[in-house]
Amino acid sequence: MRTYFDHAATSPMPPDVLDAYTAELRRAANPSSLHAEGQAARMRIEQAREDIARAVDASTPAEVVLTSGGTEADNLAIKGLWRLRNADVGSAGDASSGEEPSGGEHSSPPRPRILISAIEHPAVSEAADWLTGLGAEVVRIPVDADGRLDLAAYEAALTADPDRTALVSVMAANNEIGTVQPIAEVAALARAHRVPVHTDAVQAFGQLPLDFAAVGVDAMTVTAHKIGGPVGIGALVLGRDLAPEPVLHGGGQERSVRSGTLDVAGAVAFAAAATAATADLPARAGHMAALRDRLIDGITAAVPEAELSGPPGAGRLPNNVHFVFPGCEGDTLIFGFDAAGFATSAGSACSAGVSRPSEVLLACGRDEPTARACQRFTLGPETSEADVDRLLAALPEIVVRARRAGMASGAPA
Amino acid sequence: MRILAAMSGGVDSAVAAARAVDAGHEVVGVHLALSRMPGTLRTGSRGCCTIEDSRDAHRVAGLLGIPFYVWDFSERFKEDVVDDFIAEYSQGRTPNPCMRCNEKIKFAALLDRALALGFDAVATGHYAEIIEGADGTPELHRGLDLNKDQSYVLGVLTAEQLRHCFFPIGAATAKAEVRAEARERGFPVADKPDSYDICFIPDGDTKAWLSDKIPMRPGLIKDTEGAVLGEHEGAMTYTIGQRKGLRIERPAADGKPRYVVDLDSRENTVTVGPRRELSVDRLDGIRTSWCGAPPADVGYAESQAIDCEVQIRAHADPVPARMWLGELITEVGDGEHSAEAEDAEAEATATVTGAGEPSDPAAITVPRSRPPGLAHARRHRTPPVRGGPGADHGRLPRHPGARPVDDRSRAPQHRGGLRPRAGGLPGTPHPHRCRGPDRHDRRRSAAPCSAPRSPVTDPARPPGSAPGA
Repeated sequence: MRTYFDHAATSPMPPDVLDAYTAELRRAANPSSLHAEGQAARMRIEQAREDIARAVDASTPAEVVLTSGGTEADNLAIKGLWRLRNADVGSAGDASSGEEPSGGEHSSPPRPRILISAIEHPAVSEAADWLTGLGAEVVRIPVDADGRLDLAAYEAALTADPDRTALVSVMAANNEIGTVQPIAEVAALARAHRVPVHTDAVQAFGQLPLDFAAVGVDAMTVTAHKIGGPVGIGALVLGRDLAPEPVLHGGGQERSVRSGTLDVAGAVAFAAAATAATADLPARAGHMAALRDRLIDGITAAVPEAELSGPPGAGRLPNNVHFVFPGCEGDTLIFGFDAAGFATSAGSACSAGVSRPSEVLLACGRDEPTARACQRFTLGPETSEADVDRLLAALPEIVVRARRAGMASGAPA
Repeated sequence: MRILAAMSGGVDSAVAAARAVDAGHEVVGVHLALSRMPGTLRTGSRGCCTIEDSRDAHRVAGLLGIPFYVWDFSERFKEDVVDDFIAEYSQGRTPNPCMRCNEKIKFAALLDRALALGFDAVATGHYAEIIEGADGTPELHRGLDLNKDQSYVLGVLTAEQLRHCFFPIGAATAKAEVRAEARERGFPVADKPDSYDICFIPDGDTKAWLSDKIPMRPGLIKDTEGAVLGEHEGAMTYTIGQRKGLRIERPAADGKPRYVVDLDSRENTVTVGPRRELSVDRLDGIRTSWCGAPPADVGYAESQAIDCEVQIRAHADPVPARMWLGELITEVGDGEHSAEAEDAEAEATATVTGAGEPSDPAAITVPRSRPPGLAHARRHRTPPVRGGPGADHGRLPRHPGARPVDDRSRAPQHRGGLRPRAGGLPGTPHPHRCRGPDRHDRRRSAAPCSAPRSPVTDPARPPGSAPGA
């Protein structure tokens, strides 16, 4: 018997979403076509857009720009908004030159600064770092030991030079340790300085109420597969007045900021998943939060030296449990849980499948051995009390073995 | 048994894992990430723990229906193998990093982790056999395919480690057999090229790789008479026996190739000479490791000569030799300490510290010193011995007894080797490092060339009729 505790990686598709998806896959039509089939496809995609807009509390469906997923939406927000904000001087530069604009050739961009948190997903931080080749300056705002943005440091960084700041990007909640960020405060301060704000809400979507209109951000990333939709579709919720430089050029679909044939089936399934995830959000989140706390309490009781990463209670995502197990290696723990029938995660893995020390924990001030000793358990709406109790029953033996293996193979401790 | 199969992504470890599954074991596949930058793509046939290798290993594990994980040993690998490699070179020795990796990573860090997690053994795709000795002590023996035999790089394993090692393809008769089996099983890696290079030096240019890691001090290249022939950019990157890359303009008087015959770190001089200068008739070694019961445990006295074979490099041919154990009388070269103990059975390894002439890196079985010119080894690679009585298919014949049990039963009938003492030693001549006489005979008749110019394994003297044996 297998039990899935990795919903933050991808959450399985519920039957009704699967039905909507496969029904749409049988209909072939390009919504940009002008014939009846094309028009019908257009209707279905616009219906999906409306549903998604409702799920994120956007003011209008036009704010929903469909993308291939979270990574593309983050790239569009970071690169597109930075270039938009630096376009007026015509110095957005040629990416292919690859040269550092260290004075000389390029005229320096007027608003080079990008403020991001120190624990952004790589889709944000790598995109921002890439822009340094065009003259961008990336400012990383530190987080506290629980991974919460240091608001004072943020304010200091922003007010130090708001006029040279292109944008701010802070995630709504962290993907590894589940810390919820004070995104409304972040947005309010940026607005006061007329600096656009992006938030990566991939993990928060379906977990927390996300009111795009009320939070006051200018752009927000969501994706389908974390809430039971298919992989390959996501959206950048984008204020109507913003026209970021496209990342993908082509036929001009999606407000001309995101070209490419629209994925009707993906959008329809995304809409179905988004509707299901947000229709009864309080009950759904409440169910997961109760199980989350049961799991946290159980782990703390069974393995007293285990340390919860991130804050307890309301400050963390309802579906996220993340612990450091001192003396263990994350990949050994994964092996132990996997062999016992539980799908868990150690955080991030490189493309070769190697688990790396968690950059998030390092940014929270933990040392490298600690940042390797962690395990993430993320719950879904279908997770049951029995699932949690089964994990708790298997846990002590798995941790004992992993610790023995950690000592045996000389894990740096 | 619960087996952890180390899967490099190559064909050997793939077939090894498959055979472990077929044998009915519960198998879990693991790919070791050894590079600190595991995301890099391979270039050519080289490179380690690349995305491609990890994916290849994963594919095979999927076909076998076994769980698969990538475990990160990059930190240990850097400390124990890469840094050691640099340190050894900077002291003028030529280390074998594969041996070191086996000693410290695969059969230490990985094995320890495996045992702690409840596994019984680690399986790898090495060509070598583990055979249980009479008293139950596991012994390491050469693989059947002598061209692929990898016992050299496993010679550092102790009996305790061997107890938890599993080499499912060690008894394969040839690499071709393994490839054919991989093809039959539908493994996508069936025709993947062999890797020969040092995995962490992706372009194979050791000298260039070392040049920014150890201080390079240019110096002179001289001949054995002291005449200056050229300059080098750092003596440490040379290896005794090296012929290529000397960049000497002036050819030798006799027009024959020249080899590095000595490295003097104090004078920072590389000495080159003709091939015959490389011949030695004695090696001294330290850090012995017995891949089976130590000889003392099976009744060998310290002064007793033991017939054996000596192999000084992973791809060198073994040569017959005689071995003595005990404290080294340090008078040769700048010989350090020395070997003790002795083997008779399976394999043993030592780090060579002295020789009948210059001191050399390399590693292998070695003796005590002194008795008049007996143990013998060559420093350069000799062509594989082919043909000759009893040699089949151009390979060096394995000991005629198919299995060690047979070998053991027939060994005493032959002259030579060590004669078992009272009650028959569990480990008399064996088909491997210390081999029964058959092989010596064949080798001699087949290829006198494998004996260097000096008297040593002198054909007139049967290897078994050792003075002092």
